[in-house]
Formats: sequence, C-alpha cells, structure tokens
Amino acid sequence: MKGLFCLCAFLVVLPLFLILFDLVMKGAKELRWTLLVDLPRPVGEPGGGIANGILGTVAITLLTMTWSVPVAVMSGIYLAEYGRGKLASAVRFAVDTLTGVPSIIMGIFAYILIVLPMKRFSAWAGAAALSMIFIPVVVRTTEEMLRTVPTTVREAALALGIARWKATLRITVRTAWPGILTGILLAMSRIVGETAPLLFTALGNQFWQSRLDQPMAAVPLQVFTYAISPYEDWHDKAWAGALVLITMVLLINIAARVLTRQKR
Amino acid sequence: MARKTGGNIKDLLFERTTGGFAFLVLFLAVLLFAVLLRESVPALRKFGASFLVTGTWDPVLEKFGALPFLYGTVVSSTLALLIAVPLSVGAAIFINEFAPPWLKAPVSLLAELLAAIPSVIYGLWGIFVLVPILRDGFMKPVTKTLGWIPFFKGPVYGPSMLAAGVLLAIMIIPFILSVSREVLATVPQRQKEAVLSLGGTRWEMIRIVIGQHCLPGIFGAAILGLGRALGETMAVTMVIGNRPEIFVSLFQQGYSMAAVIANEFAEAGGLQLSSLILIGLLLMLVTLVVNLAAKRILSKMVARASRGI
Repeated sequence: MKGLFCLCAFLVVLPLFLILFDLVMKGAKELRWTLLVDLPRPVGEPGGGIANGILGTVAITLLTMTWSVPVAVMSGIYLAEYGRGKLASAVRFAVDTLTGVPSIIMGIFAYILIVLPMKRFSAWAGAAALSMIFIPVVVRTTEEMLRTVPTTVREAALALGIARWKATLRITVRTAWPGILTGILLAMSRIVGETAPLLFTALGNQFWQSRLDQPMAAVPLQVFTYAISPYEDWHDKAWAGALVLITMVLLINIAARVLTRQKR
Repeated sequence: MARKTGGNIKDLLFERTTGGFAFLVLFLAVLLFAVLLRESVPALRKFGASFLVTGTWDPVLEKFGALPFLYGTVVSSTLALLIAVPLSVGAAIFINEFAPPWLKAPVSLLAELLAAIPSVIYGLWGIFVLVPILRDGFMKPVTKTLGWIPFFKGPVYGPSMLAAGVLLAIMIIPFILSVSREVLATVPQRQKEAVLSLGGTRWEMIRIVIGQHCLPGIFGAAILGLGRALGETMAVTMVIGNRPEIFVSLFQQGYSMAAVIANEFAEAGGLQLSSLILIGLLLMLVTLVVNLAAKRILSKMVARASRGI
C-alpha cells in the first residue's frame, strides 16, 4: 500500500522534472545572445530574436503594476483596517469572484472597454486585462498580511497619540510590508506568464514598439505563435522563448520566497 | 485640541480614500458582468436557449451554437479530475503519513513551482512532448486492441480530448495536492491513534480516517481543481485539436469554450463576436458557481476541524 502512495507522489512530481528538462535541453539550442537583442526574423532566415517581446513584457507588466499596486494595496488596507460594513463584505465577495474568473475573460473585458472604442489593439488594453488578474490577488494578500499584525501594535501606536492614518501607514503597513511585497511579486510572476488575456488586447507585434497605444509584442505571445506555427526553426524559437519566460517567472517567484524567509 | 481635530479630518480622509479604492474594485467586478452581459445580448436574442444545444458553429451562415465547446470543456475537465484527484490524494497521503519529514518541504516546493509555470509553457510541452508520447505510447496501441470500444475509436491524430485531459490534470494537480494535504492535516491526532490502538493497521487507519473525516474536504479540493480546469485556455487550445464537432472517442479532436474564444476572438465581429462573448459569460458563470461551491465546502470543513470533531 505504501508503495502505491509513493508511486502517486512520484507521478505527481515527475512532470515538473520532464518539463524543466525539456525546456533546458530544447531551449538551450537556440539560446544565444542574438535571441535577447534582435528582432524576430521571417521564417527561413537564420538568427533573429525575441527582444521586442522581452521589452514588451517588461513594459506591459510595469504599466499594469503602476496603477494596480496602489489600487490593490489601498483596498487591502481598507478591508483590513476599516472593513466591517456592507461595502467591505461586498468588496470581499467581488475579490473572491474576480480571483476565480478565467484569465481569458479579462481579455474580453479589456477588448470591449478599450480595444473597441480605440479601434486598435494596444499595450494599454493588455495592461488593463492583466490588472483585472493582478488586483484581486494583491487585495487579498494585503488584507491577510495586515491581519497578521497584532492589535497590540496598533493600540500601542494610537496610545502614543499618533493619528490613526499615520499609525496605519507608518506602523501597521510597514510591519506587514515584506508580506505584502511577497504577494505583489507572486502576482507579478503570474501576470508575466499570462498569455490568454493578451491575445486580443496587446495582440503582439513583429517590430519594436515604444508607443503604448499600439499593438505590442510579449514573450508569452511569441511562444504561442511560434509553437503553433508549422515551421521547424520557429519551434526552436518557441522553446528558447519559453526558457526565457520561465527564467523570468521563476526569478520573480524565488525573489518573493526569499523575501518571506527573511521576514521570519 | 485643534491638532486633534485636524488628525480626525485626515483620518476620515484616509478612510474615505482607501474606501474609494475598495469601491473601485467592487465597481470593476460589477462592470465586468455588466459589459459581458450587454455585449452578449445580440447572440442571446438571436439564439436564446437553443445556443446551448446547437452543434453548428458556422461564421459564414452566421449560425452559432455552443454545444461542441460545452462538451469539450466538460469532458476534458472531467477527464483531468479523474486523473488528478486519485494521484493528488495518494501523493498527499504519502507526504503527510509516510514520507520522512525532510522530504516534505522539497515536495511542497516542487508542487508550488509546478503551479507557477505559465500555461503557454504547458501547452508548448504538450504539443511537442506529451502528445507524441500519448499518441505512440498509448493511443495507437490501445486503439489497435480496444478500438471497438467507442471511447477508444481511431483514427489517432495526436491532438485530442485525452491529451487535453492529461495536460489539464498535470496543471491542476498542485492545487488539489496542497488542499488535500491541508485537509488531511485537519484530522485530529487522537483519532488516528484511536484506530491504531484498536489494533488497526496503518492502511486501515488511513481508510477509516479519510472515509470518516476527509471525504468532504477532498471533494472540495476536487471542485477547486475543476474551477481551474474549466477556465484554462492556452494549454487546452494547443493540444485539444480545435475541431468544433462532438466525438465520443477520447482519441478524437475536440474544442473547448476558452479555446474557441482564444482562437476566433481577434478576428470576429458582429454576431460571431457576440456569440463568443456569450460563451465567455457562460464560462465565467460556471467557474463562479464551481468556485463558490468549493469555497463553501472547504470552509465548512475548516470550521468543523477547528471545533475538533
């Protein structure tokens, strides 16, 4: 019987090793400097890279975070510090709901609200779709992290005569900050790899694009396009792109974990 | 005193500001529903309830029915659960009950890493590694010997309902595993010891304790996994075959709700766009119900555990 359970555990972790092994073996083949600094080339031409995608992913991610982090952290503060009324329970329900919504739906949302009125695909729309994934996750972790701060800390601050808003920001939030930052990084590592919400919002681009109101490339989109193409040399590019993508995701993920460990 | 009043105004301002942001989040959630509902009205008007039972998807004739996609989503997710639940529960039992303590942390870490891999990478791996393995190592031999069973009928192409189910299973295992482990950990030590002290073997202990205590929780974990599987887009799109027809055989191609949105949305307009948005709305409502159900079951479980029953 024990053997059977052991087999289950083995089968559960086996795919991870297979996936990582294949990623490294097949991805390393195309992984050279030009991949990181060159634009994509047409089929058949050797070389070429995914530099515009890397830049696009960084741009869209940063864009998403510039407005999502304040919204999410402030909402989390409200829920943890003032959240007893009807508004708070409604917001909590909304957050729970949004966390479970499939990410492609957020793409539809951004398409209707931004792509249709603007009449073009854009980095803005991509970032809007990603925000809908990012915000609920971070609201939740911010609230949870703030709740781990003992009430005695808040009371001590208030007893010293510090105004409540100041005590909240300078003491409570600061105490919980490593945890909140971990939540932000974990959410970030998730949106970096998201593909479905970008398909019809950021759309992808063959060239450099610095304007945010234009279609923009992103690494996950490039991996998808290359993977489903019928060309052998594009398949190699897909693997290399996937290796770059997983490196980005895991680095952020590990950074988040290191941060939590330091807190303890 | 003046200073204190100033503090109060600032306090009020702070509360209102954070409350404003919280309201914005609520507003976005409501807006999401409203917008999807509004845009799916043309399709709802045209097709009504027949949208759910019509099997044609014809952009040229503008005739749209969601049945093949509903079918694909349900079958691939069910398949994923059938594979993932026994494996995850078995692994959870092994880790919690049998594994040496030093093994627990690395295994949890591995499961968490598995959950962090972007779904497009699962899809890529699915296309070039999993599908060929399944095709040559499983589907071809099985269809040769058991091809008379409708589920295993050929011809075998590779991309198929089975491939989607297996890939989804791999993707939802980390979630089911971690929830199952939490559920197992809620079993009071006393109860386990009681069974052992009555002369029960370890296996009997697991069977009795899980049967008595953990089934609702494991059910909740499975439903949670289902919620993930239903909405999964990229990986399924890449291995399911994307053919809007219904086949009984698991070795044949299929299509899913999320996949058809991913493939056709960018180029759709008019009634097709509205139909795709309606599919999106349906998908959202289904995952919502599933997630809420899972949450309810699991929180009941936790409440029971905290009372020590």
